Amino acid sequence: MTAKTMAEQVLSARSGTDARAGDVVVCDVDVVLGTDGSGPMAIDYFGAMGGTRLARPGTVFFSLDHYAPPTTDATRAFHARIRAFAAAHGATVFGVGEGISHQLAAERGIVRPGTLLAGADSHAVTCGALNAFAIGVGSSDLAAAMLTGQAWLRVPQTIRVRLDGALGAGASAKDAALTLVAMLGADGADYHAIEFAGSGVATLGMDDRFVFSNLMVEAGAKAALFPFDACTESYLFAAGVSASAYAPVASHAGAAFAGDRVLDLSAIGPCVARPHAPDDVVVLADAAGTPVQMVFVGTCTGGRVADFHAMRRAFDAAGGRVAPGVQLVLTPASAPVLEALMHDGTLTHLIAAGADVTTVGCGACCGTSGVIPSDGATVLSTANRNFKGRMGAATARIFLASPAVCGAAAATGRIPSSLTDREAP
Amino acid sequence: MIIDGRARVLGDDVNTDYIISSRRKRETIDATALAAFLLEGVDPAFAASVRPGDVIVAGRNFGCGSAMEVAATVILAAGIRAVVASSFARSFHRNAINNGLLVLVADTSGVREGAPVRMVVADDDARFEDVAGGVVRPAAPLPPIMRDILAAGGLVGYLKANGRFCEHPPREAPCRP
Ligand code: SF4
Repeated sequence: MTAKTMAEQVLSARSGTDARAGDVVVCDVDVVLGTDGSGPMAIDYFGAMGGTRLARPGTVFFSLDHYAPPTTDATRAFHARIRAFAAAHGATVFGVGEGISHQLAAERGIVRPGTLLAGADSHAVTCGALNAFAIGVGSSDLAAAMLTGQAWLRVPQTIRVRLDGALGAGASAKDAALTLVAMLGADGADYHAIEFAGSGVATLGMDDRFVFSNLMVEAGAKAALFPFDACTESYLFAAGVSASAYAPVASHAGAAFAGDRVLDLSAIGPCVARPHAPDDVVVLADAAGTPVQMVFVGTCTGGRVADFHAMRRAFDAAGGRVAPGVQLVLTPASAPVLEALMHDGTLTHLIAAGADVTTVGCGACCGTSGVIPSDGATVLSTANRNFKGRMGAATARIFLASPAVCGAAAATGRIPSSLTDREAP
Repeated sequence: MIIDGRARVLGDDVNTDYIISSRRKRETIDATALAAFLLEGVDPAFAASVRPGDVIVAGRNFGCGSAMEVAATVILAAGIRAVVASSFARSFHRNAINNGLLVLVADTSGVREGAPVRMVVADDDARFEDVAGGVVRPAAPLPPIMRDILAAGGLVGYLKANGRFCEHPPREAPCRP
């Protein structure tokens, strides 16, 4: 047998074939993940396909995250349909306030190393941080996976990204991942899987790895897998998954890669992506001084506990009060994140300093729920996309940055020129 | 399969939020109703100017961003028959095929707005023609499963007919019929 990439190994195992880049294979799907954004259409497709039962009900999950809480009759009805469908067919629903779909799949131990996850959300790739082949699909593919337990996939070629060194003070995984997106370009990984490698991997915690995998879809990646190591194992153990419950994959020596890129983590500094493209990345100094009217900390990219801690440190160091004329909006990515931030006092502190906290879920990320920016507002956000109109206001300008940069800006009302040592994550 | 149409030329990196804004989905996900807002982020007058049979001719990375499927169904609902682009984001490409919207990867440079174009898809051949300019460009051939899904009018028709996914070559008993 010849050497295989991680992607080829997972898809070989799930299809029962000797899968090679370029082959089209039919795979068994281990986790089928829908949201309230993609779920209602998937239920329509499922019915139209003649579906009467789920192939494997225990593998099907829906999260009510995009419209949390629902604010229109239409979105209330989406939730009711998903709940009724799941109850009738034995699927699991995570309700409003429980969390973002792929965050829940990770922290509840649903997605495991070596498995195939099909999520009807482009950021399902986030779960690749756990050494899984996790892809975003649309509603029809979700329906097909619900009905047949399978998906057809073209086995992707893989780009290997070697991470060297370690992040220095002031730099975060968000800065490094944005830099990588800019390096690859918005279509630089189209149709490709990304595999991370190198000594830098061990310096990154799971929360950092989720940020990397999450943002790789902004370069078009189909999946973005991290190698399995002790860090992955302890994260899964904490999620209640023992090592006997999964089989990690590691790429074989001599596996063929479509490209090799190197990112030196020690050379990364704070940066921002400018409106209206996630790959339009500049160093912080090039955007410094830009006044902001809204700062958003949340989403599946920047809404985990470590993100809020980094944001708080920088916010406190820059004055510790929300600047006049700024709205600071905080939306934890899941209920456990919210609880952790309540227990450790982070939220009490930030609310007293002038922050607004909104319902757990996607929040203001894509204009479906939460706070919509004012016309013409400049927004600084920990999210992953800054397309024109993304947050529901066509005239808003969205900059993407790390939680620390967002924290400093919330306190000063401007994009900072640098992070002081005390502000550094 | 041969599709003739009028080119509607777009640029690079047209993301699915530009094709149809998430904000519009708070009121409905009915593609027919949403078609009035097709590509409003790129050109507010676009939707009203679409004629049945139009073909989108785009640059690189068409359909990047969110995997939301209405981005494909709203294009169909507006009466557009096909999209040809120099590259696609993979989730849009899948969604298009799954709904019977022909998508072809070909060099689209130099095609003028409104120009007559033709797409040809056969078993081992696919091409894109700028009819007025007399230019014929090879397109990436579609794998058999994609052609089967397109021929069935999309994934719904395909799974209704077959009951499951069929492989090429098949590993098990042949798919029905
Ligand atoms: S937080 Fe934003 S990017 Fe993440 S799943 Fe929700 S809408 Fe999508």
